[in-house]
Amino acid sequence: MMVELGHFALIMAFATALIQTILPMWGAIARDPGLAGMARYSAFVTFALVLIAYLALTMAYIGSDFSVVNVAMNSHSTKPLMYKISGVWSNHEGSMLLWVMILVLFAALVALRGGGMPERLLASVLSVQGAIAGAFLLFILLTSNPFLRLADVPMEGQGLNPILEDPGLAIHPPLLYLGYVGFSVAFSFAVGALVHGRIDAVWARFVRPWTLLAWIFLTLGIAMGSYWAYYELGWGGWWFWDPVENASLMPWLMGTALLHSTIVMEKRDALKVWTILLSILTFSLSLLGTFLVRSGVITSVHSFASDPARGVFILGILTLFIGGGLSLFAWRAPSLKQGGLFAPVSREGALVVNNLFLATSAVAVLVGTLYPLVLETINGSKISVGAPYFNLTTVPLFVCLLVLVPFGQSLAWKRGDLMGVGQRLLAAFGIALLAMMATFALTRGGPVAAPLGLGLGVWLIAGSATDIINRCYRRGSSLSAIFERAFGLPRSAWGTALAHAGMGITVIGISATAWGVESLAVVGKHEPLSVGPYTVSLEQAFKRKGEGFREDVAQFSVMEGASARGLIETSKRIHTGREMPTTEAGIVTYGLGQLYASVNEILPDGRVSIRFYWKPLVTLIWGGALIMALGGAISLADRRVRIALSTKTKRASSSNAEAKA
Amino acid sequence: MAMTRKQKRLTLIASAGAVLAIAAGLILFALSDKIVFFYTPSDITKQNIAAGSRVRIGGLVENASVVRDASMNVTFRVTDTETSLTVHYKGLLPDLFREGQGVVAEGVYQGNSDVMADTVLAKHDENYMPKDVADALKKKGVWQGGKTQ
Repeated sequence: MMVELGHFALIMAFATALIQTILPMWGAIARDPGLAGMARYSAFVTFALVLIAYLALTMAYIGSDFSVVNVAMNSHSTKPLMYKISGVWSNHEGSMLLWVMILVLFAALVALRGGGMPERLLASVLSVQGAIAGAFLLFILLTSNPFLRLADVPMEGQGLNPILEDPGLAIHPPLLYLGYVGFSVAFSFAVGALVHGRIDAVWARFVRPWTLLAWIFLTLGIAMGSYWAYYELGWGGWWFWDPVENASLMPWLMGTALLHSTIVMEKRDALKVWTILLSILTFSLSLLGTFLVRSGVITSVHSFASDPARGVFILGILTLFIGGGLSLFAWRAPSLKQGGLFAPVSREGALVVNNLFLATSAVAVLVGTLYPLVLETINGSKISVGAPYFNLTTVPLFVCLLVLVPFGQSLAWKRGDLMGVGQRLLAAFGIALLAMMATFALTRGGPVAAPLGLGLGVWLIAGSATDIINRCYRRGSSLSAIFERAFGLPRSAWGTALAHAGMGITVIGISATAWGVESLAVVGKHEPLSVGPYTVSLEQAFKRKGEGFREDVAQFSVMEGASARGLIETSKRIHTGREMPTTEAGIVTYGLGQLYASVNEILPDGRVSIRFYWKPLVTLIWGGALIMALGGAISLADRRVRIALSTKTKRASSSNAEAKA
Repeated sequence: MAMTRKQKRLTLIASAGAVLAIAAGLILFALSDKIVFFYTPSDITKQNIAAGSRVRIGGLVENASVVRDASMNVTFRVTDTETSLTVHYKGLLPDLFREGQGVVAEGVYQGNSDVMADTVLAKHDENYMPKDVADALKKKGVWQGGKTQ
């Protein structure tokens, strides 16, 4: 009954999404406040209906209702509650439902917080959100319905794919979707502005918190996915340039550019048309990512069972929204009032450079991701574009960008003083150079790229510190005055500094991978094997039975010189039911580095074939990403950034909007 | 010295042009140099692939062809049932690597039906087979049915 209710609610949600699309847009164009006012209510109703559908499916999972195909295929009555709840999005149908639920959640939040927005803008924004939701609801209902019943109800479900049975499943997809789908708000705002025919600093102030929110979640989602792949797949890598990873990286790159260009638009009323274009492109890349992952045109760990109808359907949605958005842009953008131009050497000039590098690296990733598909369609030849291509194209662009970041951060708005900035950054430059030289001397004969990368990371961190210090420190002022100024700094200044320093930390972590050590060997009991600064030796190898699996376990003791550093355990697991093998990597963190063990096989004579890695500073890769997201969150907490979200200042900003009009 | 509107615009266009030109250059160079073509074992012999080129090959692991030695070197034969290639690899094979199952290997073609692989991929789960392999097997008419994805 619950399932039918959910199914019915989903159909109703499609109907209300249509209402949400048509009436408010009509109202916005015909300047009918009554119709435009429908936007908020219909957004709430659509959200409520999708929520009912989503909860109904979750209830079917929790209650192990195997008469539902989706539950029977992806759950098992003995699964822990966490995997029953997260099992909902472990498969194509359920994850599309989650996708739509997050989309309508964002629409409802915009409706809730948008009281201060011009009525016509709000109506057209929510109308576009409704159109996207409607298209995907139709997609779910026609091709990927999670509520279908089985005629012959099985006694037991088939269980979850063992790779997915991990806390990562509970966290990674929702975070990623909150990021991906969150950019739809920027898209809707852009379309709204094009329909509305007016973009100004107020528009940027409304759209900026949403972009920032989506960016924070996408950053966390990508970092989480990377760490999950690192420990779960047992290959010891944290980024594979897999098309699916690229699908999440492209909106991140474009979204980061958008984040910076909205600042220029808000502060200087410039880069307007470009910001609108970026908003459209960022969400287009999110949609493209959804298409790549969900249509089955590429095969990867992420592509679930698929049929061609789905691919064609999503391609249709993709064409409609990307094509529609860009056509509207081409038609309306020339009529928008151009923003002002500005001096090349200034904060806004530096942000343009940031945008150039980020957008071109997104294009480089896009070309590498789509080229194999295009080439196969054209002449049937099959190629693979892998790490060598992506490293060669993105690394130089990113190095140029990151070298320039501290300059941009220290430049003043309107007219920057490059000489002055250079002087202020001299100390930061010295520190970075010193760090680079010292590392170079200490690791002589090692890889050259690592000290260079480390120097770049230190440069970013020191550059951020310089910015904060310059804002707080005045010659001759007392310590308490400095602290007072530090506390008085706008949160967005701290947020920027933290996010850039976080990027520097990630860069150091990535550079340090060049110092990684890999040891491959077949070892007998107590036979020492050296891995970087550590020596490991096999203590015991045995068989063990666990809940839902049996495994071959290898335990090693770790020594650093003469001192014992504990045990590390890795196993080869066979999951009963699916009889699917997985490797459970053993990971121990020492300082900022990790020792990583991955067993291949326990031979009949008791010896073990094993792979060990020592990965110095590897935790900085994800630690830096967390700090970046934290920086974003602190910026979001800035009163000036949040102003559009705040109900208290509603009146102020709407009167501001009128004043500008 | 304040720049005129025209100068400002020119600076913007010039810097954008420079970045785009560098990016385009990198992309074109990388696409011509860093991509790897996929072949079936028959393609390798038929198309006279030159020794020393980087290739990606796919097919089935021939039954009873896997030989391991004590220092973790592995050799196995990859077949599309018509021709087969010998693949040399050092390291751990993926969890799902099995004789008679689909496999993709990437490395340098040594000539003489020998491939020195640095990457070996097997199918990810029971329903999944590398698309390249599935297509190649379908073309050869030895596709065993079942779900591909």
